[in-house]
Amino acid sequence: MATTNEDLKTIASQQYQYGWVTDVESEEAPKGLTEDTIRWISSKKNEPQFMLDWRLKAFRHWGKLVGKSESPTWANISHPPIDYQNIIYYSAPKPKKKLDSLDEVDPELLSAYEKLGIPLDEQKRLAGVAVDAIFDSVSIATTFQEELSKHGIIFCSFSDALQNYPELIKKYLGSVVPYTDNFYACLNAAVFSDGSFCYVPKGVRCPLELTTYFRINSANTGQFERTLIIADEGSYVSYLEGCSAPIRDENQLHAAVVELITLDNAEIKYSTIQNWYPGDQNGKGGIYNFVTKRGKCQGKDSKISWTQVETGSAITWKYPSVILLGDNSIGEFYSVALTKGYQQADTGTKMIHIGKNTKSKIISKGISSGHGNNTYRGLVRIMPKADDAHNFTQCDSLLIGSSCGAHTAPYVEVQNKSAHLEHEAFTSKVDEDKLFYCNQRGMSGEEAQSLIINGFCKEVFRELPFEFAVEATRLMDLNLEGSVG
Amino acid sequence: MLEIKNLNVSTDNTHILKGISLKVSAGEIHAIMGPNGSGKSSLAFSLAGKPGYNVTSGEIIFDKTNITSMEPEGRARAGIFLSFQHPVEVPGVRLDQFLRASFNAINKSREMDQLDPLQFDKKLKERLKVVDMDPALTKRFVNTGFSGGEKKRNEILQMAILQPQLAVLDEPDSGLDVDALKSVADAINKLRHSSNAIIIITHYQRILEYVVPDAVHILMDGRIVKSGNKDLAREVESQGYEQFANYLSNQSHLTEKESRQ
Ligand SMILES: Nc1ncnc2c1ncn2[C@@H]1O[C@H](COP(=O)(O)OP(=O)(O)O)[C@@H](O)[C@H]1O
Ligand SMILES: [Mg+2]
Repeated sequence: MATTNEDLKTIASQQYQYGWVTDVESEEAPKGLTEDTIRWISSKKNEPQFMLDWRLKAFRHWGKLVGKSESPTWANISHPPIDYQNIIYYSAPKPKKKLDSLDEVDPELLSAYEKLGIPLDEQKRLAGVAVDAIFDSVSIATTFQEELSKHGIIFCSFSDALQNYPELIKKYLGSVVPYTDNFYACLNAAVFSDGSFCYVPKGVRCPLELTTYFRINSANTGQFERTLIIADEGSYVSYLEGCSAPIRDENQLHAAVVELITLDNAEIKYSTIQNWYPGDQNGKGGIYNFVTKRGKCQGKDSKISWTQVETGSAITWKYPSVILLGDNSIGEFYSVALTKGYQQADTGTKMIHIGKNTKSKIISKGISSGHGNNTYRGLVRIMPKADDAHNFTQCDSLLIGSSCGAHTAPYVEVQNKSAHLEHEAFTSKVDEDKLFYCNQRGMSGEEAQSLIINGFCKEVFRELPFEFAVEATRLMDLNLEGSVG
Repeated sequence: MLEIKNLNVSTDNTHILKGISLKVSAGEIHAIMGPNGSGKSSLAFSLAGKPGYNVTSGEIIFDKTNITSMEPEGRARAGIFLSFQHPVEVPGVRLDQFLRASFNAINKSREMDQLDPLQFDKKLKERLKVVDMDPALTKRFVNTGFSGGEKKRNEILQMAILQPQLAVLDEPDSGLDVDALKSVADAINKLRHSSNAIIIITHYQRILEYVVPDAVHILMDGRIVKSGNKDLAREVESQGYEQFANYLSNQSHLTEKESRQ
């Protein structure tokens, strides 16, 4: 028979493709979290004193939050309490010896990334893409550094940046997301192990797409990486992160922090394809993806644009935001969030208008199937001095089947009368009429469904760099492949 | 080419088509006329295999194959095309991409060449001329925000691209002004040839002045109550559908009698 909504309901049973484990020996911090754990991590990485001091301040602050059990409870998600003493905070593949080049990276690790479709070997690279590969807690390889350094661009692991550019880190770390910001950001500040660092100097347009690929491999390990990107005056960079993890029955915590800073006339385009293990079809296992991402348009006429395709994780809790400080600055947020099985997503953005004539645009597309629960949560705040601020918000939901949920919680706070705000929202179904129309034109149920869903996501996908738009389309198809047709 | 044998169709609990029989041969144009709610669209959907239109008895034979329980994409690939009375909007999907996906899906099932975007673009330009449609529409999302006339013309464009053996056109004329009607009729005439067949479903006789049918069937309350040549359409025009109501009451009287036996 033809595709019906009945058939679409069986979608939830899809297999996760990236669920294998790489067999490498790793070095781990002792389970649990104390000041000693933090000192251990910091000394392991041979960090400058200021870094350790900052971590310890964060840890003490976090201690107070835990005491008051102030982990966030306002999101439309539910999970059993997390035992923070039962997590390993640092896990790194043991190097066979000190690495000087990519040739010396453990072949097991290289082949792990090959399998993920991310060859680190520069010969096999994606055209025009430089990659920083992060495995559990550490960066194992960054490609194209030479090419980038010709332009004065710094793109390396956070650990390397701490050794080589401590003054840049000292200046900007925590300037957008202070450790006091929220529970998970605070935890991250205390224990973060690695991440990516990028600095684009004045007037440089980064000639490559920069990519960080995060992979969780070890069991019982939390991943706490930190990314810091600074675009100096008049520069431009496009940055993409991807992620995956093995299939495990236990939930694993991923609490990352990303900070973006644009100075005058600079632009950062940050894209995410998030495909962490979502748990099985009964909701067992999966990653808790509790992430704080924020950008600050510090300079005038600068721009920060977030694009995210969220298909993985048992729970996603993230709100990539923009602080529009510089006059005429622009913030954008494009999001596709897919929940199937028992996945929960509470995601959205905050646009904080402070400077004059600032503009923001929010396009959110939520897709729910199975027992998935999808919430858009957004805040647009217009501060008193933000004359002539503009915001456009559109949040659309697409439902597949009748056991799933879609919610929207758009908040608006206007403290300046000259603000212009527009809001649109609609909810639709992958309905039988659309499917039949495509079927009547010769397309199979799966082709039809893919076409309709990709159509729904179009406004977001077209913001992605080309190769990744193709990848996102493929990922949606894979995730929604059901027993149709 | 097509033979419908005593077809009965129900949706949920409603018996909609009540014993339809019809034979259409290659090269022919048949018109099906009837008042609103008589079951014209249901007949079209049943031919195309829309889920929810359940055949409770009878058969549809197409090209010597019994397709009564074939899925819609199978029928489409076999050469049955339905021009929708209410074409469906597919937001976010550009019309030219939709058309190529459709063309390639059908070609693939026939193990014929699939066209890349450039090759398809050439074909599309050619066909656009046949139906006299604004090429700019093909860069817009399928039917999204199209006017009534643009939607109808788009259906005919799809027919021109897919070149079906059997085209069922469900009210290709409704909502069109005289000029648009003439040009749609003109396109249909260009697309008819000796090896394909066309069924035109219409409420009014207007379009049949331009696309001259070989046979006309009057559908009322799920039954074909009268068949004839093109003059029958003129009869409808001048006297309305009421005159056929007595055929209907006679017939339902008959079926009642039959069922009592
Ligand atoms: N999917 C459906 N479910 C229930 N009733 C339907 C459905 N489709 C059509 N009908 C009913 O069948 C009858 C014929 O409708 P339709 O085929 O659309 O007529 P027409 O195209 O001649 O106007 C109407 O009474 C209509 O309400
Ligand atoms: Mg109708």
